[in-house]
Amino acid sequence: MEKIQAKLAILADAAKYDVSCSSSGSTRKNKDKGLGDTGSGICHTYTEDGRCVSLLKILMSNICIYDCAYCVTRRSNDIRRTSFSVDEVVNLTMNFYRRNYIEGLFLSSGIMKSADYTMERMVLIAKKLRTEQNFNGYIHLKSIPGASADLMHAAGLYADRLSMNIEMPTNEGLKLLAPDKKREDMIVPIRQITNEIVQYQDERKTLKKVPTFVPAGQSTQVIVGATGESDRDIMKVASAFYDKFKMKRVYYSGYVPISNDNRLPALSSQVPLLRENRLYQADWLQRFYGFTTDELLPETIPFFDSEIDPKLGWALRNMSLFPLDINKADKAMLLRVPGIGLNSINKIMEGRKFGQLTWDHLKKMGIATNRAKHFITCAGLSEPAKDLTEMQIKSLILSGSSGKFLPHQKQLSIF
Amino acid sequence: MDVLVYDKTFEGFLSAVFYVYEYKLMDVHICKEPPTTVMFGNTIRIDTDEAKAKRVWSGLSKKLSREGLQSIYHAYLADTLQEEDTMLAYIRHALSSDRNIEKDYSHFAVLRMQRVDRMVHRERHRMKAFIRFKLTKDNIFYDGIEPDFNVIPLIREHFEKRYADQQWIIYDLRRGFGIYYNLKTVETITITFSEESQGTDSVLWMDQNESLYQTLWQQYFKSTNIASRKNMKLHIRHVPKRYWKHLTEKGFSE
Repeated sequence: MEKIQAKLAILADAAKYDVSCSSSGSTRKNKDKGLGDTGSGICHTYTEDGRCVSLLKILMSNICIYDCAYCVTRRSNDIRRTSFSVDEVVNLTMNFYRRNYIEGLFLSSGIMKSADYTMERMVLIAKKLRTEQNFNGYIHLKSIPGASADLMHAAGLYADRLSMNIEMPTNEGLKLLAPDKKREDMIVPIRQITNEIVQYQDERKTLKKVPTFVPAGQSTQVIVGATGESDRDIMKVASAFYDKFKMKRVYYSGYVPISNDNRLPALSSQVPLLRENRLYQADWLQRFYGFTTDELLPETIPFFDSEIDPKLGWALRNMSLFPLDINKADKAMLLRVPGIGLNSINKIMEGRKFGQLTWDHLKKMGIATNRAKHFITCAGLSEPAKDLTEMQIKSLILSGSSGKFLPHQKQLSIF
Repeated sequence: MDVLVYDKTFEGFLSAVFYVYEYKLMDVHICKEPPTTVMFGNTIRIDTDEAKAKRVWSGLSKKLSREGLQSIYHAYLADTLQEEDTMLAYIRHALSSDRNIEKDYSHFAVLRMQRVDRMVHRERHRMKAFIRFKLTKDNIFYDGIEPDFNVIPLIREHFEKRYADQQWIIYDLRRGFGIYYNLKTVETITITFSEESQGTDSVLWMDQNESLYQTLWQQYFKSTNIASRKNMKLHIRHVPKRYWKHLTEKGFSE
């Protein structure tokens, strides 16, 4: 018992820097009265750092032949090494799932011996869960860079999601910090899976019985703040992954200092949480609100403003487009109003069919009034002052808000 | 004012609505029995009448979509909120309008019903997340819960689909009933807890391997946390303290 607990402590601890814990987006259903089901994804609990726990996220092994500077399991790091057996992982997953602790398994690994040796064992775990245990919960396998096409294909047949973390936004960053890794070793498998997903989807249009193949798609992760990339560099890379490889998600992981390596930020430096937060906001704006990277971060502005969210930043640079009449503006423009989110927009679109919406209605719908009021007009709200500058509006908004990253004592007076 | 008291059943509530229309009551308050607060006014006990309840429901079915009807049922399941008067206002608005009012967010009852619906939905979602089965010696996975609202009817299907190859019981300790899956169907049950099962000595009824997996889960919960990113405010927002006593990872076990 102690042995398995000690292994779990080490191999969960080493896996926790992978941000993704998504368990949604798969179409796998319970089969032949077996165990498990997938669907919209459930966060079963949250750790004390506030992150969702949805999957049993572990490394199969923290033995690694590579020496990537940003990684705790790097070869040169003096830490305890251990590995789970195939059956130990299967057994843990089944028993955690049966108790409703998790939605499934997120399996990653250090690279033992070779890429294929490692990948083969990971695929075997997924295969056993599916075929021997009739497990229909969620499986996310983090593919090993350089794994062969056959193993990637097999992984796709058993997993709901495959991911390959590109880690460094640029090739230079990768060369500097992960000299053993080649960008091509990551891009080739990603491209293979992208293509195979499309093939399977096409076959499904004509044939009835086509096995599922990576039903929840692919994702990747980039580390933020370990090397000198700008926010614009990172967003450009992310956009390419969404467009070219049809990625479901790109995750941004603020670099947690874990080493004294002089290529990296010092151990005492702060995790760039705010920067990570702004990147997620921008990611959302690009995927659901119709923004492009060039709009959010023009070439002249490579970094996000730390004080305000990217949408507000864009709006302040484009004041000539505002204010909008909330009862008339089209949806595409409403999406661009600071302080109004998708849910409120849907309510506005429906609500205004019944009559004129007033400021009171908007407040009850739950929009962020402090931000929105400068950009819209409607009955019950005094017209936004026309002669305010960008800076003045920004100060007004900041003085009335208590954002989680803002120092609380901050008082701004501008006039 | 007339105070209509019904028997806590959904049919009872709909019978009360029928009564409101039958006697054209204007100033009226509907509540569950026994009345939680003393009401000044004319108290009337409503006899639950399935035929009348059905008539109200089919009348509503002509005016509301499935979601609209569902929101009334969900508000009923939010038993601790006592939203009967909002429900009545919503029903009145729906029946008196010649078009569907579900999206009429300029009406107070529509907005409130939507909010209540969301609260029920959240509690339902929480229970899908926070159930922590413990394997008993009888080979049944058991969990006792105390949800804010009566959400067991809303999570039944989810667990039936998911845990199809194991016996399980989810028991609402607050409302005194539960559901039991016997590998074929789900049935509603009530349990008379014996002295010993209520005691802290859970070893008496737990499977011998159960504590191992609880320990492993607690270990995992600890090891997957990133201490340098600690954010208790966020943690508590997602896992409110009132649920902790039923969460294995928080160090409690039944």
